[in-house]
Amino acid sequence: MKVSELAASGGFRALALSDPSREIAGCYVGDLLSWVMGRAQAGNAWITIMSNVNVAAVASLADVACVIFAEGVQPDEQALAAAQTRGINLIATGLPEYEAAVTLSRLI
Amino acid sequence: MAESLRFHYDVDGGNFTSAGQASVQVKNNLSQLGLDPAVIRRVSIAMYEGEINMVIHADGGSADILVDDGCVTIILADKGPGIADVEQAMQDGFSTAPDNIRSLGFGAGMGLPNMKRYTDYMKIDSVVGEGTTITMKVNF
Repeated sequence: MKVSELAASGGFRALALSDPSREIAGCYVGDLLSWVMGRAQAGNAWITIMSNVNVAAVASLADVACVIFAEGVQPDEQALAAAQTRGINLIATGLPEYEAAVTLSRLI
Repeated sequence: MAESLRFHYDVDGGNFTSAGQASVQVKNNLSQLGLDPAVIRRVSIAMYEGEINMVIHADGGSADILVDDGCVTIILADKGPGIADVEQAMQDGFSTAPDNIRSLGFGAGMGLPNMKRYTDYMKIDSVVGEGTTITMKVNF
C-alpha cells in the first residue's frame, strides 16, 4: 500500500506527504528513538506519540516510509518543517498506537 | 574511487534542534556517491547515535567521515567527561542521560549498542576527564 492510500483511509489523515508514492512495508511501533533506530526496518510505517523535531531526523535516518502520529498527537512546528525539508511523510490518527497498528495491518 | 573522500563536521553541544544535521548531511553525501541504501542507513544511524551522545554528554565534538574503496570510516571525537566503564556503557539499557533528555525520547541506553549493531568494527578510546574518541567502520 502506498502512503497516500493510507492517508486517504478512514481514521488517518495526511499532515505532510513529501513522497506520497512510497510503499509501506510493515510497521514498527515505538516512542524511544534509539529503539526505533535499532529495530525498525526501512520502509516500515512508524507509529509513535513522540512529536518533537528529533522524530524527523530519526525517520529520515531509519528510512521509514512514513511516521504515523497516534492518539491525536500533533507534531510541533519545527518537526513539521524538518520533515518537509527531509522528504518525510507524516500522517495523523486519533487512534491509540495499538489500534492504529491493527487497522494498518488490515490495510497493508 | 582512487582517493578517499573526507567529510568533517563540528557537532554543536546542547542543541537538540540541530542534532542530527551532520548525520543527515552524510546520508545525502553518501547517496550522491551512489552507495547502497542499506549501507547508507547503517552509517547514518550509527553516526546519529554518536552525534546525540556528544550533544548529551560532551557538549559537542567533531565527526569525520572517510569513504574509501569498500569502507566508510566514522570517527567521533569529543572532550567530554569520558566513559568510566565502557563494558557497562555497552550494555543494552544502561544510560546516564538526565530526565530532560529522556523526555525527548533519548536516553534509553541503546545508543552505543546500536552503533555496534550497525557497524562492522567499533573501537572506543576514552579517558575519564579528557574525552572519548569512537572509530566505526562499515564495509560495503
